[in-house]
Amino acid sequence: MLDFEAIIAAVGPELLLAVAGLVGVLLGAIMRDQFNAISFKFGAVALAAAAAVVLLNWSGGEAFNGLVSTSPFVNFAKVVSFGAGALTLLMGENFLKRHETMRYEYSLLVIFASMGIGVILSASNLMTLYMGIETLSLSSYVLASFHRDSMRSAEAGLKYFVLGSLASGLLLYGISLVYGFTGSTAYADIASAEPGIGYLFGMVLMISGMAFKVSAAPMHVWTPDVYEGAPSPVVAFFATAPKMASMVVFANLMFTAFPGAFEDWQLIIAIIAVASMVIGAFGALIQNNLKRLLGYSSIANMGYALIAVAAGAEYGAAALLVFMTSYVIASIGLFGGVLAMRREGGMVENIDELSGLVRRRTGLAIALTILVISIAGFPLAVGFLGKLVVFEAGWNAGLLPLLIVLVLSSVIAFGYYLRIILVMWVREPAERFQPVDTVVSAAIYLAAIACILLFVFIGPFTDWATSAASGFYR
Amino acid sequence: MGNFPILTAVTFLPLAGAVLIMVVRAMTGSQESDVASGNKALVAGLIFSVATFLASLVMLASFNVGEPGYQLVEETSWFANVHYKLGIDGMSLLLILLTTLLTPLSLVASYGSVKERLTEYTIAFLVLETFMIGVFCALDLVLFYVFFEAGLIPMFIIIGVWGGADRIYASFKFFLYTLLGSLFMLAAVVFMYLQAGTSDIAELETFAFAPEVQTWLWLAFFASFAVKLPMWPVHTWLPDAHVQAPTAGSVILAGILLKMGGYGFLRFSLPMFPDASQMFQPMMFALSVIAIVYASLVAFRQTDMKKLIAYSSVAHMGFVTLGIFSFTEVGVQGAIFQMISHGLISGALFLIVGVVYDRMHTREIAAYGGLVHKMPVYATIFMLFSMANVGLPGTSGFVGEILTMTGGFQASTWAAAGAALGVIFSAVYMLTLYRRTVFGQITNPALESIKDVNIKELITLVPLIIGTILLGIAPNLIFNVTRESSLRALQMITGG
Repeated sequence: MLDFEAIIAAVGPELLLAVAGLVGVLLGAIMRDQFNAISFKFGAVALAAAAAVVLLNWSGGEAFNGLVSTSPFVNFAKVVSFGAGALTLLMGENFLKRHETMRYEYSLLVIFASMGIGVILSASNLMTLYMGIETLSLSSYVLASFHRDSMRSAEAGLKYFVLGSLASGLLLYGISLVYGFTGSTAYADIASAEPGIGYLFGMVLMISGMAFKVSAAPMHVWTPDVYEGAPSPVVAFFATAPKMASMVVFANLMFTAFPGAFEDWQLIIAIIAVASMVIGAFGALIQNNLKRLLGYSSIANMGYALIAVAAGAEYGAAALLVFMTSYVIASIGLFGGVLAMRREGGMVENIDELSGLVRRRTGLAIALTILVISIAGFPLAVGFLGKLVVFEAGWNAGLLPLLIVLVLSSVIAFGYYLRIILVMWVREPAERFQPVDTVVSAAIYLAAIACILLFVFIGPFTDWATSAASGFYR
Repeated sequence: MGNFPILTAVTFLPLAGAVLIMVVRAMTGSQESDVASGNKALVAGLIFSVATFLASLVMLASFNVGEPGYQLVEETSWFANVHYKLGIDGMSLLLILLTTLLTPLSLVASYGSVKERLTEYTIAFLVLETFMIGVFCALDLVLFYVFFEAGLIPMFIIIGVWGGADRIYASFKFFLYTLLGSLFMLAAVVFMYLQAGTSDIAELETFAFAPEVQTWLWLAFFASFAVKLPMWPVHTWLPDAHVQAPTAGSVILAGILLKMGGYGFLRFSLPMFPDASQMFQPMMFALSVIAIVYASLVAFRQTDMKKLIAYSSVAHMGFVTLGIFSFTEVGVQGAIFQMISHGLISGALFLIVGVVYDRMHTREIAAYGGLVHKMPVYATIFMLFSMANVGLPGTSGFVGEILTMTGGFQASTWAAAGAALGVIFSAVYMLTLYRRTVFGQITNPALESIKDVNIKELITLVPLIIGTILLGIAPNLIFNVTRESSLRALQMITGG
């Protein structure tokens, strides 16, 4: 017997997105190019509706004999991811129009990628997880090379595809080892199995695969190239929705499937975290391209997030949600900034192009300054509190060496974040940017205001995250 | 007044002004020329900062002087166990008053001397004022840290945008020095919060940390406050920052930002880590005396007027740490007094340098000489503040120095003897500066047409003249207010 309520609670949003995607394909077939114009709004509405379905089924449920199950912890990530997906989709509309690539396939790919995001978050079985990851990845490869006439975009897509396939292979190999040694692919069964050598081997391979998806060192090398090469709206999407989801899935997998091997994976994740923080901080120092810089900055930020993962479910779960959400908000705004950097001849991407922005567009410069302050983790914006809760989680879990690296790499990171602020405020103004699209400037200002408001009213927000993660407290 | 949140009002009034200017600028910015709209913004900023000053007078009126503990407390939950908690005692009351007094004066001083991007300039000063007031009335450790750090950004921008030729280097140096110190403090803040389960300053004052823990926490806070104060040998950012900063930036930097270091020692290090404070007393004395003597000698060799006054600030801050770590009532009272007095005097001295800099566009001492022939009023005011900086009886500088040295003497004769040397040196470099710029014959032909101080400059200087002399004659005005806070700072050390 099918229990529809449980199915809706577990995979309702994904079903909705699947249906929306298929309807979109049909509409595209019928309406042809006329669908292009409304496809972005169609996609955004579908994603918003999916987020609403998640909110309606907040407490979650289990379906299909435990192949999928949701909890407030993953639902939190779903809401943020779908919201970020909808926003970045709308932000890209005019960009694609100007590059004459505004095709309805774009929004359909975002819908399918988001469906994959929903599936990996709902997964409570390794097979479901793998299916979701492949749905997400395949859509992402195509999105990365969406500007197929551009060499950079095609290169980014190819690089992403080759390395992503390798990571998927590692993940699948790990899954098969874990299955072979425990006899099950369900998280619950794996959790109760005795960790043997084969099991640990499989787990390490799975961690490597997941590290690629969240772009943590040493599996990070694709990040700067793909960030630089892929079309900016696509990067805005990559940097937010899948990042949030993959990190939460990573944590969820570790917390629910491998609690028995906590001490083994804690060490691995700690090492990955340190490597990411150091590589992210130093790598970004020498970048001139803003997109590449944000790529390295995301590597460093994933390092901070992994501290929360390494802190374990009890201490780290809520901190991870708070930190990742603050990161996603700042990223949306900053990529809005990237999309705003448009001159007569097309998009510009170098940091120097922001010279003297404060004299050309004071409001934009102030908003970007707030966003940079937030992502740098400086007081006054929510990013500081995000780092603070991660710090607290790491402290409670006794991860002192990680915290030292966190503080030192943050100081180094201030170097390049400050440079962005300095360029905007001190340098002689460069040529004026073209007018910014309404949606993009709205996203930038909203993100900046959200960074401040969440900083002031962090209390209810952390309470929400804590209650979402309460399933992990014993 | 009832339950009106006067501290929140005082703290955030400047920020409200900044937001208002920003909004108006965003709506009308493109239609008006830069200068006209900039002047309007400056006037609006002035109105807001004067309103803040008036609000702080209301705060003064509702403050009950004899009452121990924190007053006018406001508290709301922020997140987890961290609260948005404001409150003041005598020491913070005076420092807030100093802040709200100096900010409008620096805005007035900027009129006409800052010509570029006046709107942003005003916004930066108003934002900075909010953070400075916040530092002095935050009663929650995390909140304090937030204000303490946040103030860096506007100051960084003020130096970086409106500074001199080497402003980028100076602003980065200022930012990174302070930031590195502060991060140690942040680690200590988080540790204290997790160990004590609260970040409430009043509660932490009574929480007894284990002595070995105290040592580390003390050092972490020391890293931050020593840079901010600044103490030898981490003072090197200060001369650079002062020389490059615009006049008003220097006034705020010397007048208020430096005081955060001394405030921090009194608010945190002494009451929360009494054992460690006692343990480090000899080190603090040594560093203070080195700062006083070394900085005075370095000041003597300077050819740049602002650099000279910057080094003199380092020396005077040495008296503050000497007084604080004497652990005597007279020493601590003297240290607080010295902070207020130095805020007035050094602010005035930077304004005085600014007066001639605006006319001649050089700060080289050698470019001046014989100013007394052309600028008699200027020479008189300069004389007054030179004497005050030296510590002439009758000015506030005297009271601060004599009390901190008395306190230091009770704790260590040698330290006081060293500091006394500094008093002599201060006379040497100040009088030399005065003689070389004001006396003598005019040698630089460009000085022939120089004009005496104008109304605008008098407006900025007269309140500081009144303050310096008033506090010099009637120092009890300060002591009555700060007695309770200095006693409380000492209570843990001497009583426990």
